[in-house]
Amino acid sequence: MTVAVEFDGVSKSFGDVQAVNNVDLKIADGEFFAMLGPSGSGKTTCLRMLAGFEIPTAGRILLDGADVSGLPPYDRDVNTVFQDYALFPHMTVAENVAYGLMVKKVGDKERRTRVDGALALVHLEALGARRPAQLSGGQRQRVALARALINRPAVLLLDEPLGALDLKLRQEMQLELKSLQREVGITFIYVTHDQEEALTMSDRLAVFNHGRVEQVGTPAEVYESPRNPFVAGFVGVSNIVEGALATRLRGNPMPFTVRPEKITLSDPAIDPPEGSVFIDGTVVEATYLGMYSRYRVDVDGAVLLVAGQNLDVDHGEVGATHGRRVRLHWNSRACRPLSESPAATDNIPTAGAVD
Amino acid sequence: MRLALLLGVPLFWMVGVYGGSLAALLVQSFFRLDSFAGTIDRSPTLATWRDLFTDANMSVAARTIGMASSVTLASIVIALPLAYFIARHASRRTKAVLVLAVMIPLWSSYLVRVYSWKLILSADGIVNWFFERLGIGGLLDAVLALPAIGGPSLSVSYIGQFLVFVYIWLPYMVLPIQAALERVPRSFIEASADLGAHPATTFRKVVWPLAIPGVAAGSIFTFSLTLGDYIIPTVIGDSSPFIGLAIYSYQGVAGNLPLAAAFAFVPIAVMGLYLFGAKRLGAFEAL
Repeated sequence: MTVAVEFDGVSKSFGDVQAVNNVDLKIADGEFFAMLGPSGSGKTTCLRMLAGFEIPTAGRILLDGADVSGLPPYDRDVNTVFQDYALFPHMTVAENVAYGLMVKKVGDKERRTRVDGALALVHLEALGARRPAQLSGGQRQRVALARALINRPAVLLLDEPLGALDLKLRQEMQLELKSLQREVGITFIYVTHDQEEALTMSDRLAVFNHGRVEQVGTPAEVYESPRNPFVAGFVGVSNIVEGALATRLRGNPMPFTVRPEKITLSDPAIDPPEGSVFIDGTVVEATYLGMYSRYRVDVDGAVLLVAGQNLDVDHGEVGATHGRRVRLHWNSRACRPLSESPAATDNIPTAGAVD
Repeated sequence: MRLALLLGVPLFWMVGVYGGSLAALLVQSFFRLDSFAGTIDRSPTLATWRDLFTDANMSVAARTIGMASSVTLASIVIALPLAYFIARHASRRTKAVLVLAVMIPLWSSYLVRVYSWKLILSADGIVNWFFERLGIGGLLDAVLALPAIGGPSLSVSYIGQFLVFVYIWLPYMVLPIQAALERVPRSFIEASADLGAHPATTFRKVVWPLAIPGVAAGSIFTFSLTLGDYIIPTVIGDSSPFIGLAIYSYQGVAGNLPLAAAFAFVPIAVMGLYLFGAKRLGAFEAL
């Protein structure tokens, strides 16, 4: 892969607070890369360091192989879509979009053509003369995109760009952003705290926690094989099994995780299939959620979460499972060992992970 | 009903008391002073307005407007960096200290401050002493030797008057500009830099346009306060009259209330023109 962006041992502290702690990352050219993590995990600080709004305390940031760590934002070939869009209120939509060309003294004629092109790209051809205040949230979002893309940056940075939109619009924009990225072929780095968004949109993602990268991989890799309890719990929902129960199920006390949807709920009288791990328990809670039902099953004092697809369920049946003795079984492959100390994991992505 | 009560008092104040006195002033300006009898002739006439447009009165107006414009411009130049620093760079603590430092002079007596400046600027005052000590007393003398704006000492020159005006009204410029800049989110400045603009361009294209409403508000204060002031021209300077002083002497000393009333419309007209011009230039578009 051609590396577009590289974080090389990057740290950043604000006074006593260590916001980013020794982050190593390689992001491929043309990749849709998500930085996922709870608030305060350092993902936004990483993005801001790449944009040039913050200078790293230690380490280097490389853009197309060149060290840009100390360069001001206006000397970097990256553009940002801000969380609050940061559209200039005293300019029209077209003037906002043209801003980058204006400061680079691009000629009038070319400027007009490119502004029209950028507005067409985000389906806002008709709104060039409006002021940002006259637009809806979704339209502002598109203007911010057009403004950032018109400079044809090597990398586009997006800081929680959909955070201010309502759910339906957000889902629409997710798909649109993804297809836009394919269309323009620019590397997108997308910061979000929404794991679903990261899984839906990204080619690869990095999970941040306490200023460190916990895991890097494709959405399927991170979801299916979380490295540690934090990733297992933050990306999706998971059961973390440790101690005596782990020993009983797998013969050793090493902690492992198993996703709720991998577990099948069956009658205790039925023998589980070959090669599966099984245990009996009592349903303490059953919640019907339409496509699937969620069960909490008490297994010798520990509670396991089970998601059962409602393939063959009549109404009333889900609730009736409450208090029933059940057998839980799952393929032993679904048990994913976890490293005990999350921070100690090596997080440099493998070169083969990117197509 | 409750709304009527709530709005009634301020409405009465604005329309009745304030608008009413303006109307009375306007009516008054169409009367004239009978200079023999010293009484006011209440038959409508334009004679007073003709008296207003004499060369002597117009030079008073020109002098006042010239001073008000220079004071306003100087206040903008001084207040803008200060307000920018307070709004964008100072830490919370420094900000509080600086805002307080800007406001504290407003808590002390205006007269005391003006008279202090008379001492500071006088021929044997601290400014002269300071220049002498630095061995550049000649420079001050050279500045004071300038025609029209110079004088025997700072305290009796237009330069001194200008300095005191700027000092006195500066807070009214700093605070609105600071408030305007305070409302500019950091992301606007970052976005501008992100799109390739150097700091100077960011200032010209983003910060300045968004500061203009504050500058406009501040300049309305400095301009109109200078236009109407009659204390500073009395205490500092060579006693050439300003509009405020002229109005004061017309109505107080000469008893020529109609002419004082007509004169009072000069600053109002000037401010009206100023606001109209500012609006035409788009000063309030970012509001």
